[in-house]
Amino acid sequence: MSERLIAAPTALAPAVGRSRSPLVGTMRRALGFGRTKVGLGLVFALVLLALVGPFLAPHSTTEFVGSPYETPSGEALVGTDNLGRDVLSRFLAGGRSILALSVIATLLALVVGVAIGLFAAYARDWRDDVAMRALDVVLAFPSIVLVLLLVSVVGPELWLLVLAVAASHAPRIARLVRGAALEVVDRDFVKAAEVLGEPRRKILFGEILPNITSPLMVEASLRLTYSIGLIAAISFLGFGLQPPAADWGLMINENRIGLTVQPWAVVLPVAAIGLLTIGTNLVADGLARALIGIDRGTAR
Amino acid sequence: MSEIRQEPLAETMQPGGFRRPRFGGIGWFIVKRILLGLLTLFVISLIVFGATQALPGDTAQAILGREATPERLEVVREQLNLNRPVTEQYTEWLTGVLTGDLGVSLANGQPVSTFLSDRVVNSAFLVLIAALVSIPLSLLIGSLSAMKRDRPFDTITSVVTLALAALPEFVIGVALIVLFGTTVFQILPAVSLVGADTPVWEEFTVVILPALTLILAVTPYISRIMRASMIEVLESDYVEMARLKGLRERIVIVRHALPNAVIPAIQVTALQLAYLAGGIVVVEFLFSFPGIGGALVDAVRTRDLPIIQSLTMLIAAVYVGLNLLADIATILISPKLRTALS
Repeated sequence: MSERLIAAPTALAPAVGRSRSPLVGTMRRALGFGRTKVGLGLVFALVLLALVGPFLAPHSTTEFVGSPYETPSGEALVGTDNLGRDVLSRFLAGGRSILALSVIATLLALVVGVAIGLFAAYARDWRDDVAMRALDVVLAFPSIVLVLLLVSVVGPELWLLVLAVAASHAPRIARLVRGAALEVVDRDFVKAAEVLGEPRRKILFGEILPNITSPLMVEASLRLTYSIGLIAAISFLGFGLQPPAADWGLMINENRIGLTVQPWAVVLPVAAIGLLTIGTNLVADGLARALIGIDRGTAR
Repeated sequence: MSEIRQEPLAETMQPGGFRRPRFGGIGWFIVKRILLGLLTLFVISLIVFGATQALPGDTAQAILGREATPERLEVVREQLNLNRPVTEQYTEWLTGVLTGDLGVSLANGQPVSTFLSDRVVNSAFLVLIAALVSIPLSLLIGSLSAMKRDRPFDTITSVVTLALAALPEFVIGVALIVLFGTTVFQILPAVSLVGADTPVWEEFTVVILPALTLILAVTPYISRIMRASMIEVLESDYVEMARLKGLRERIVIVRHALPNAVIPAIQVTALQLAYLAGGIVVVEFLFSFPGIGGALVDAVRTRDLPIIQSLTMLIAAVYVGLNLLADIATILISPKLRTALS
């Protein structure tokens, strides 16, 4: 024990004295890949579209500008939807909800998942086992089925949607965090903090968490990709935002019957969702490659 | 989208993560694994029942809405045993599930088992077709990319699979509909117009686009893990040894590299098949395919509790069962794990 105490300050030194955190290093390396740049570009463009779009809309999202499923004309640049509303205006206004809901759900899942994962990794006793088995149970439901199960009785409430999506992602984040944290909990600086009598909360979030930010970043961008897809899918099924809201997922649901006569009302939101998820996934892949680069560098 | 997909390999597959059973032996491991699966299913049944039927408040009212007549409320209470204590409701329900008596649909009055039987077969057929195509296809793509590492074939498949992996399946589905069903070519039906009582294989054209959507959604994941695993194996000592022995490359690949590279892919394949059980929800809804996924969406819309309970239990059970099979298959196939156990 006394040896460890003596060793502690030197072990702590590199962590404190390091000018760049490992996360910044990973992000820099990730930016070196073409795919990360393309991904960031896509995400940036679509977020901009979602945020600024509503102000550029030529019509109100609920205003009737023509008869249903009109093809593009001077009045409606890309045609009208199933009720005769302007597709362009509804498309420009429809990105905000998906972005906001999926970002909130992902953040919530991160907070819960990180807390459970760190706790389990640090406890490493029966509590770890119980937590992991409990997560296995939640994982037995495909995300969409879990969300539908929760929506089935309470109804399509947005807060419930966010909670349900977060609940389906938190176990996966917790598993990853636990795995990454297990490699850290035995390090000397954790032991040093224990000897110094730091409270568990401080050890978990002050000592261990900063050392697993890089894999967490990769996981977060992946989870965001899936949150976007899941939220959009739920809206597409009709259990997300309710009419007359303008929402990309709901637009696909409302207009798919008119696909043969007026494809734009479906193709635009589908393309936007597709490009957004491709963008976030490219960023995730770039970060993952940068992260593996570190491992390879030390292994070879 | 999803889910289960990017899961790191199951615990048993990670180096050093394998837990030795205290009493040793493959048989004991399998028994333990099955018991754990049953325990998981039991807890799942508690969650399904709790989320649907045991919530605080008047469940019958929640199902029927505010305008429900007292008579109708009473009928629903009777059907779901809502007048009895929650524990009794649960045991009654669980006994029913175990004996195949799934109750009566609130929406159409049919016994749930009759209503679902054709749909289960249709969905199983769809998943089977998707699995039969995507598994060999992705093993092939994965191995080829590994063998042609960093050459044009590998780069192109890497970009394509990365993009496909990101896309939610309804995006893939709509793209296929626009491409083959409505706008570009009109060669395949965009929606299935067959009833649930017609076996879908008699109208095979309605299966093609939904199956293709699932194939495109699943193949990227399996082929990527197969590529990674194959690269690792190709760099291993025993493949080097086989080459130095003077074996032909074809034999090195087929006899020595492939069997070992497939092992990690088994777990991912099982996860992907389980994922298909959830993926069919969106895909069947999109194509109006007469299966359980579409039935689940309808049931959630009409709050048809017996159908929701049966289908969520079924899908979760498929997941647990597939994972169980994958774990057992991995143990039996992988020599290292087998000897570690006995």
